Order: sequence, then C-alpha cells, then structure tokens
Amino acid sequence: MLVFWAAAWRTNVWLANSAYAGMMVVRIAVPVLFGITILVIWECLVRGFGVSQVILPPPSQVMVVFAQSTDLLWVDFVQTVVKGALRGFLMGAAAAFVAALLIDRSAFLTRGLLPIGNFVAALPIVGVAPILVNWFGFDWHSKAAVVVVMVFFPILVNTVQGLRATDAMQRDLMRTYAAGYFQTLLKLRIPAALPFIFNGLKIATTLALIGAIVAEYFGSPTRGMGFRISTGVGSLSIDLVWAEIFVSALVGSAFYGVVAWIEKRVTFWHPSQRG
Amino acid sequence: MRNLLPILTVLAAIVGIWWLAVAPMNVRPALDIAERGGAVVVPEGSVERRDVSVFKLMLDNPSLVAAGYDLKRPRLPTPAQVGEELWKTTGAMVAKGRAWSKRSLIYHAWVTLQSTLWGFVLGTTVGILGAVAIVYSRVVDMSVMPWAIISQTVPIVALAPMIIVVSNQVGIEGRGVPKAIISAYLCFFPVLVSMVKGLRSPTGEQLDLLKTYNTSGVQSFLKLRLPASVPYLFTALKVGIAAALVGTIVGELPTGAISGLGARILIGDQFGTPLAIWSALICAAVLAGLLVTLIDITQRVTLRKMGFHG
Repeated sequence: MLVFWAAAWRTNVWLANSAYAGMMVVRIAVPVLFGITILVIWECLVRGFGVSQVILPPPSQVMVVFAQSTDLLWVDFVQTVVKGALRGFLMGAAAAFVAALLIDRSAFLTRGLLPIGNFVAALPIVGVAPILVNWFGFDWHSKAAVVVVMVFFPILVNTVQGLRATDAMQRDLMRTYAAGYFQTLLKLRIPAALPFIFNGLKIATTLALIGAIVAEYFGSPTRGMGFRISTGVGSLSIDLVWAEIFVSALVGSAFYGVVAWIEKRVTFWHPSQRG
Repeated sequence: MRNLLPILTVLAAIVGIWWLAVAPMNVRPALDIAERGGAVVVPEGSVERRDVSVFKLMLDNPSLVAAGYDLKRPRLPTPAQVGEELWKTTGAMVAKGRAWSKRSLIYHAWVTLQSTLWGFVLGTTVGILGAVAIVYSRVVDMSVMPWAIISQTVPIVALAPMIIVVSNQVGIEGRGVPKAIISAYLCFFPVLVSMVKGLRSPTGEQLDLLKTYNTSGVQSFLKLRLPASVPYLFTALKVGIAAALVGTIVGELPTGAISGLGARILIGDQFGTPLAIWSALICAAVLAGLLVTLIDITQRVTLRKMGFHG
C-alpha cells in the first residue's frame, strides 16, 4: 500500500513539474490520480485492519451495493432531488429574482435589505425544516418549501448587488439612447448582474440538496435519500448509506457543474470567464 | 449608521408581516378550540371546515380570529409569544440563578458554541495549512484544489450521521467531536480559498524587492506573504464562523442529540412545542450575529494596528 502511495505521489510530482503541466489531460489526470490514491488507501486500511463493515465498508463494496440497488437509489433520487430540491430551487430562485427586481426600485429598501439579507443568508436556516414539515406535510411539498427558504436569501442578496453593478456612465449612455426602465434593465443591468446572479445560484445548489435531505430527517414518505440515510444508520445497512452518500456527492457535483456550465455559456464576455 | 433607519424599517415590516400571517395560519386550530368551548362557529365541525379557505373562515368568524393569537401550541406563534418564551428560558432563568439548568437556552447555546468554536479552530487551521501547502507546492495545488471544491458540493448532512457512527465506534465519547468535525468541514473551505488568494496577493515587484534584500523563503513568508493575507483571512473568518455554526446545528439535528440548540429544535419537533423551536431558532440567529460582530470588531482593530487603510 505504501509502495502504491509513494508511486502515485511521485507520478503526480513528475506530472505537475513536467512541461505538460499546462495541458488539459494532465490537469484532469493529477487530481484523478490523487482521488484514486485516497480510495485505494481507504480500501487497504479497511481490509488490512479488519474494520467491521458496520463501521466503515470498503469503497469496492459500496460500489457493488450501488450497482445492485440502482432501482432503489433511482426512486430516492427522484423523490429528493427532482421533486424536492429541483422544484424548490426553481421556485426559490424565481421568487428571489422577482423580489430583487422589486426591491431594487427603491434605494431605501435596498439599503435596509442588503445587511439583513446578508445576515439571514449566514443563519442556520435548516432549523426551520421541522416547522415547514409540520405545515406542509410529509411529501415533497415541505421539502421544496425548506429549499425555497434556504436558497431565497443568497440569491436575493447577490441579485440586488448585481443590479447595482453598472456604473453611472453606462446608465447615462442608455439614457442618451432614450431607453426606458425596462429596456435599460433588459439590455444593460441584467446582463451586468449575471455574474453575481450565477454566484448566488452556485451557492444555492449545495444549499438546495442540504435542505431537501435534512427536511427528510423530520418525516417523509418511505422513500428519499434523507429517509434512506437515517433508516440505514438505524438498521446498520451502512454500505447502502455510503452508496446514497455517493449518489448525493455525484448529484451535488453535477448540479453545480450544470450551473457553472450555463454560466460559462451565458457570461462568456465577462473577464473572469475569458482568462 | 446611514443604514440604520432603512434596516429598522425592513425589520419592522418583517415583524409586521409575521404578525399578520399569524391570523390565517392559526385560524383553524383556534376555531376548533372555540367550538369545543361552546362557541358558535360557521361552518360547524372541523371536517366541514377543511375545504373552506382560511380567509373565508376569518370573514365568517371575525370575533374568534383574535383567539389565534393566544394559542398554547400555535402553528405560527406571534412575535410576542416567541419573545416571552425566549425571556422565560434566558433572562428569567438567570434572575432565578438557574442559568445553567438544562431547560435554559443559555446552557444549550453554550453547548453549541463550544462545538462551533472547536470546529472553527480546526477548520481554520486546516484551511490555512492547506493554503500554505497549495501556494508553495504545485503538486498539492493541482491534486488537492479540485477535491476541495468537490468536497463542498457534497451535501454534508448526508455524511453527518456517518461521521457520528464512525467516531462512536472508534471510541470517542460524547457528541462534541463529531459535531466539531462537521462544522470544520463546512468552515475550512472559505478559509482555504481566501488564504490562497491572500498569500498570492503580493505582486512580483514586492517579491523581487525581498529577493534583493537576500531574504530566505521563511522570511519572505513571514514578512510579506503572511501580513498581506490578513485582510483576506478576516473576510474568510466571518464566513467561516457562520458556516461552523450551521455545521454544528446540522450535526445536532438528525442525530438524536440531547443538548445544544439543534437538539432543542429536534426535541421541540418531537414533543410538538413550536415555541421551543422558534426560540431556539432566534437564539441561534443571535449567536450567529454575536460571533460575526466579534470577528468584525477584531478585524477592524487588527487591520488598523497593522496599518491597512479602509
């Protein structure tokens, strides 16, 4: 095991310092090799020390369970991610966007709401999960509600900040074109706000998954990732829990990746994307 | 302080909306209780009322709406009720000299605060050391940085029960350690990213100047890179401490903890006492505000002493 570790590390050192370090293939290969090393070490440690499966199953077994129970995992995925997190994310983002446009019309409200929004965005909002489950019942509605509340403030704050990102010169230019409020908004201010909005959306992707999963700990129909994890820990089917964690990691990264990809396509003109 | 008036206005508006929302939220249980007490309710029977909208119920029974503001177990408590509950579990307990009793929110906030601070210290240390390694070693940069980003897209709550199971089996007593690990997990990332930025913020000219002074690597780190990164560090610490608090409460929520603010929320849910949930939530908000303000003040004082303008 140590030999493998040393060899992998040497390869990475060589790759990173070699002339190819700038190439795309190497940029992907180095972290992948690092990840594989960690998995191999995990596998060897668990097998080498004979750690009980009830505590920490080896990654190979997690993959076997993952492959065997794809049906079950798919049902959970649909319940938690598609029904709860995604719907809540879309509703929350839309609500935050509309609210930001309304607040932006009043400088007074903007001044008052930015500090409060910033503060609320830092609060442990997951705590409202039991209250909302109580209000909206056990099915996906309550999960979507928790997600809406969690993603609302980060997106709101970022959008309001983004709408203020244009400077007076640019707005004056629009005035000389005789552009009205909506034309200025559509052609100048929203495009200028996009990098900020996407920043908020990216923060919200992780929050959406956290919200949907935590809400399921407080009551859910007999499916869903949070439900499976909490019952899995109770019934000692730890390998299934790890498979579920693997799914959530995959979904979280994919969700983030999709939003980042859209950002790249939509804000290709921004300096941060041209680098 | 130019923002004080707008902030107070927005706060007043929020409390106002909250107060108004209490009537429609609580009208059904209020009518049920009133009917059991012998009052005449239109339409009769809670089953009949299930399909009637809450606003029609309020119009039909105007004299009973006020009862919704004084329920024992409201669906949505009024701001006054939450305030009263908060006072009962903090100020009044102190006045009686029982600030550390298990029913006092001060005790639970203290439990949460401890884990938060441990997680914060752990996360910050990992973040800073990681940033130093990333800045000085290309290999670490290329292999660790992508995983640090991926680690934050994994919903930590999925991992939380596992961290608790594993640390229990390894023989770590109590819930403090796993909670601290979870909050460190959320806390290290902002620190790592900002410190990498901060340590790289000195310009080439500044680094060259130090070279002409014949400084060693350690010296240029201590005299230039580290001081230059301090403003970045403080910005990250403010995000980090809030994240650490979120981590601790998430660590307390799904795991059957018995003390801490997250546990109060959990227990309030299980025993159907919404007032306990709401007061614990407000208490967590106050705690977050205090911690962030504390770091903000430290930041101002430190930066002024170090000669940063702004």
